[in-house]
Amino acid sequence: MPNENSLAGCSSAPVLKERGQHEVFCGLTSIIWLHRKMQDAFFLVVGSRTCAHLLQSAAGVMVFAEPRFATAILEETDLAGMADAQLELERTVAELLSRRTDIKRLFLVGSCPSEVIKLDLATAAEKLSEKYFPRVNVINYSGSGIETTFTQGEDACLEAVIRGLEPSEEKQLLILGALPDIVHDQMLRILDQLGLKNVSVLPQIRVEDEVAVGSNTYFICAQPFLGASFDEMVRRGAIPITAPFPFGANGTTAWLKAIADTFGVSENTFKAVTDAPRRRAELAIEKVSKILKSRSVFFFPDSQLEIPLARFLNQECGMNLIEVGSPYIHKTLVGPDLELLPETTTLSEGQDVDKQLDRLLLGAPDLTVCGLGLANPLEAKGFTTKWAIELVFSPIHFYEQAADLASLFARPINRSEKLKIGRVA
Amino acid sequence: MKLSVWTYEGPPHVGAIRVATAMENVHLVLHAPQGDTYADLLFTMIERRNHRPPVTYTTFQARDLGSDTASLFKKSCIEAYERFKPELLLVGASCTAELIQDDPGGLAETLGLPVPVVPLELPSYQRKENFGADETFFQIVKRLSRPLEKTEEITCNLIGPTALGFRHRDDITEITKVLNSMGIQVNICAPYGATPRDIEVISQAHFNVLMYPETGEMACRFLERTFSQPFTKTVPIGVGALSDFVKEVSEIVGANEINAETYSQLPWYSASVDSTYLTGKRVFIFGDGTHAMAAARIARDEIGFEVVGLGCFNREMARPMRKLAASFGVDALISDDYLEVEKHIQAIAPELILGTQMERHIGKRLGIPCAVISAPVHVQDFPARYSPQMGPEGANVIFDTWVHPLVMGLEEHLLTMFRDDFEFHDQAGPSHHAAHSPSPKSELIPEAVTEGNLDHKIIWLQDAEKELRKIPFFVRGKARKNTEKYAQNNGYSEISIETLYEAKAHYAR
Repeated sequence: MPNENSLAGCSSAPVLKERGQHEVFCGLTSIIWLHRKMQDAFFLVVGSRTCAHLLQSAAGVMVFAEPRFATAILEETDLAGMADAQLELERTVAELLSRRTDIKRLFLVGSCPSEVIKLDLATAAEKLSEKYFPRVNVINYSGSGIETTFTQGEDACLEAVIRGLEPSEEKQLLILGALPDIVHDQMLRILDQLGLKNVSVLPQIRVEDEVAVGSNTYFICAQPFLGASFDEMVRRGAIPITAPFPFGANGTTAWLKAIADTFGVSENTFKAVTDAPRRRAELAIEKVSKILKSRSVFFFPDSQLEIPLARFLNQECGMNLIEVGSPYIHKTLVGPDLELLPETTTLSEGQDVDKQLDRLLLGAPDLTVCGLGLANPLEAKGFTTKWAIELVFSPIHFYEQAADLASLFARPINRSEKLKIGRVA
Repeated sequence: MKLSVWTYEGPPHVGAIRVATAMENVHLVLHAPQGDTYADLLFTMIERRNHRPPVTYTTFQARDLGSDTASLFKKSCIEAYERFKPELLLVGASCTAELIQDDPGGLAETLGLPVPVVPLELPSYQRKENFGADETFFQIVKRLSRPLEKTEEITCNLIGPTALGFRHRDDITEITKVLNSMGIQVNICAPYGATPRDIEVISQAHFNVLMYPETGEMACRFLERTFSQPFTKTVPIGVGALSDFVKEVSEIVGANEINAETYSQLPWYSASVDSTYLTGKRVFIFGDGTHAMAAARIARDEIGFEVVGLGCFNREMARPMRKLAASFGVDALISDDYLEVEKHIQAIAPELILGTQMERHIGKRLGIPCAVISAPVHVQDFPARYSPQMGPEGANVIFDTWVHPLVMGLEEHLLTMFRDDFEFHDQAGPSHHAAHSPSPKSELIPEAVTEGNLDHKIIWLQDAEKELRKIPFFVRGKARKNTEKYAQNNGYSEISIETLYEAKAHYAR
């Protein structure tokens, strides 16, 4: 582990902090993947028609399945008096639970309007939990845009879950972050091969997957956007493990090594378990990333995955970093990745989208990683873009997905080289 | 409080964005929290627009509340003006900003910007997207229009098309063609493609063609009141409506008989013998009032369907819709509750649904074919090809679109003749669709090597087999083949998870 004196790379580089128009999603958007991951949970947003429309628009691009989320849309009458709104919420929840008997966990999710009118969802959740005990556990958190950006919605959700965990003094490893099933299983398999027996994951897929926390709990984040959950774990007495995030061969090795060292796994065992998949990943990345080598990339802020992914693209795919923008930089969490970024990288936090677009023009990158609102307008101007949101939904963690991750970035470049026609819309 | 899974309309500020985005040289400053920028992707992704919508979102955060949201709004206005130099600035608030009551209109007035500023009242907790568009366009017209002499030649304005509208782009072209064939020129089309300067000359046209009452009626009524500009009441979707529209226009411009290019293939296609199988098919129709009412007439009078259910999601259209439904002998369903619509469809069990993207979801779940006739729409409802709904070509497009999801005439007979045929059976679906599945595939157990010429059999270990099933179905077949080939080339007799991933890495491209 590097000590304070050997900080390098971008760890102490100045960060361009910007206020202005943020072209990002609010935290409600994470419901799109959380509701698929937590199979007995339902997410009830208490908000406006805008919230419902956002979820539909974000989800409509991606899923067609019967959703386990809905919006309790506030109406004129709800805005008049608080007591009224509490009763209305109880009525709405009763309506929902009578229709969906499969629900075991109900998340009441706060939104911008519910926060502004100070609707007390904590008290509502407490009351409802009592009323529906033991069938349904009701938990509240806020996914509002005035407090959370995109993936911070998952962070706020996990933070609330952690707060409700039972205490346990058993020695264990807890991994934080929702991962696609295939990645989840690979991770558990490799940890098992390393000899770690007591491993659990948050969020739980089902409420029966019991998870507890205490001072013998070691934890590590599998996603870089879990700052508040990280802090809450520390408050519960758990011991953090930090490492570069498990993207690419190097990232995965470093992440697993940090765990192995904490749990005293021998060097021989570590090598025996990781050597083959690591070499496999390295070879596969090498093949896929030829087209990325020496090209430049510019990240708009989106999911907080930007810094670890920039580390991967630079260190393992040979790309040059122009600007790496992130909605929020949690230095403890992404510190190990920051250390590995070249000092020449511009780091930015927050956003003033018009100014950032000006910098994009100046930087003229070969690849721009940005949100859906910007991608087509930039393509029309001749920029090659990668939709950031795909990085949140695709299996990209650990050895076996390393080349897939590289190819997500290679594909747009490939495409613009293949198309022999103009792209003016 | 209203429990809602999917919504037919967005909030009113999305309507305002649809108008601003459709126009040129207009900019909207929207007082809104972080996250409301999601609306941009409706235009850039679903409609594939090549420009960002001309909207500045103030992006206030929790820490700004109670302290400085008003000056944040003013700063955003000034910066937006400086950067984009619009001819007209619209200002408004989204649902959250409405609650903090900063009064964007009043604040913007104090800035003394050198262009007209139109404040928008968008009551988020009472009204919806269509109202927002209608109101925004009305306010723009009210602010910029002025009395002018009528043009020498006969002209009209096309009123109502917006960004993100269902086929608006192509309807404009088609209706312009029809009008031109009558010797009528288009003065301006608005909001779609209009600049604020265009709106200034709106009153010089002889009349208005109200293409979409949902988003243009308030402006048309204002123009009729203020400048004695009559507007058309028939929306020319379908052969009969097109003919009524031509008559209406003739009367407005004072000619008894004007010949218009209204020839469509639809009447012959409906009359040809293959269409016998369409006769009496039971259809359920739902959408915005305008499109649903037009579809009902086409369905009954121009194709010969039996309309067993009819309704719309926008209450503004409840009255005409109820009246029309009564004349069809059905009760109108006026609801924006997706679950209620689903229940209704389930109860009447139609053979075809003509609806929105929402009804496509419902149809998919209930196994009922569905064609889309109205917004809300999906990316596939913005086709690259020319596909209007209005005018003669619109009628052609409608015939093809509605018939496409159905099993074709002769095929229907084959289904009846060979009930348990391996290729024609109830679950197979129309054979011209990709999803047609003659024989149920059994893919649960990956067979060992299926291709010949292999020296020895290769066995999939159970774990590897399970892992394979986690790979998405559309690439699973390829993954299986590659892994087996890889195993064979390396002389393996078993495939483990390890082999699976070795092969994956080997074939990585």
